[in-house]
Amino acid sequence: MKIAVIKYNSGNVQSVLYALERLGADAELTDDPEKIRNADKVIFPGQGEASTAMKYLKGRNLDQLIKVLKQPFLGVCLGLQLLCEHSEENDTECLGVFPVKVKRFVPENSQEFKVPHVGWNELENLVPNPLLKDLPANPFVYYVHSFYAELSDLTIAQTHYIHDFSAILQRDNYYAIQAHPEKSGLVGEKLLSNFLSI
Amino acid sequence: MLTKRIIPCLDIKEGRTVKGVNFVELRDAGDPVELAKIYSDEGADELVFLDITATVDKRKTLAELVTKVAKAINIPFTVGGGISSVEDVKVLLNAGADKISINSSAVKNPQVINEMAAEFGSQCIVVAIDTRNVDGIDFVHTHGGRKATLLKTQAWAQEVCDRGAGEILLTSMDHDGTKAGFANELLSEVSSSLSIPVIASGGAGTMGHFRDVFTFGKADAALAASIFHFKEIGIPELKSYLAGSEISIRK
Repeated sequence: MKIAVIKYNSGNVQSVLYALERLGADAELTDDPEKIRNADKVIFPGQGEASTAMKYLKGRNLDQLIKVLKQPFLGVCLGLQLLCEHSEENDTECLGVFPVKVKRFVPENSQEFKVPHVGWNELENLVPNPLLKDLPANPFVYYVHSFYAELSDLTIAQTHYIHDFSAILQRDNYYAIQAHPEKSGLVGEKLLSNFLSI
Repeated sequence: MLTKRIIPCLDIKEGRTVKGVNFVELRDAGDPVELAKIYSDEGADELVFLDITATVDKRKTLAELVTKVAKAINIPFTVGGGISSVEDVKVLLNAGADKISINSSAVKNPQVINEMAAEFGSQCIVVAIDTRNVDGIDFVHTHGGRKATLLKTQAWAQEVCDRGAGEILLTSMDHDGTKAGFANELLSEVSSSLSIPVIASGGAGTMGHFRDVFTFGKADAALAASIFHFKEIGIPELKSYLAGSEISIRK
């Protein structure tokens, strides 16, 4: 099984590759459309700023490619946000795979709720889904983000910080996780290995 | 609910852990990767590696170590010590570090915080602040707390936050090594006034000290070194104690 990890100007892709390596997966970091199209699974990682990332993807026509892929596809962190319709981060039009809006956390009480949302938080209201198979109840995952996707019909797990938001989204072959599975201990490993088995 | 984080800190010199560690299960007591793996398996929420290698030349071993750690563990970790430029940060992040921390170099050249945050995002820039109380006023100190500056701690914390730091690691040099508890009063003042998370460091001696730093000190995370290395407190027992004290903690 060949896994393509989409290369773009985003930070810390290395950790995703190492996590896949720990699972014994054959992954390659690439922005070659041919390799992405022919991969068995595609992972779209990310950390960084939405408009810069979208520009990079458009510059290589990867935005068009991502939208028509048929194999299991996993967005992570910024990858989830870019799969949505629009992000408040620099008013960015995103890929629109999920008809969901991405908003900035605005705490009413900035002493109690700091932004970014950094640390371990729970996945709640898990919907039966192959990606969430055999997870413990309310598992903890590691978050670092200032923007979140709103709840939607496509939400298959949610997390509460200030309010509920979409922790994991799914539509057809597209899956996306706001937290960092590659940094989320055994739970993260399970999420990634579940994805690899889809 | 977002949980409070427990962070063991490993001091590194030329790629090896320093300060004795007392782990019978370690085959090689100086191997940071092995120690990191144990802490990660025991439920540490994050790790910090602080490089105290004296010469720039030998720091190259740090990037190699970071790669080994990133390959071995699946929790986030921060690397600090001697980082002063955007290029330094790039090398360590590319090697697999999740965050870097800067200290003296930020005091010397505050603009570097803006540059690093703009290049890599605030989420991976931790500014470490060493503070010491001088005649009733908290001042920032550099060079491992030896050198006093004219910066007041609270004002400097606000400035680094405004410049784009993603987190603050606040070490009280007055409490460090005393095992008498964290600097809760100062921590609470700093944490309450800032919109970014504060990691408390310096003074951990008992499990109660951790409870206090999360309640009275309003810290988002707590860091300690020797009490974990010498197994005075085990991470699993600390976490169940905190959970029993109604602190939100990852189980």
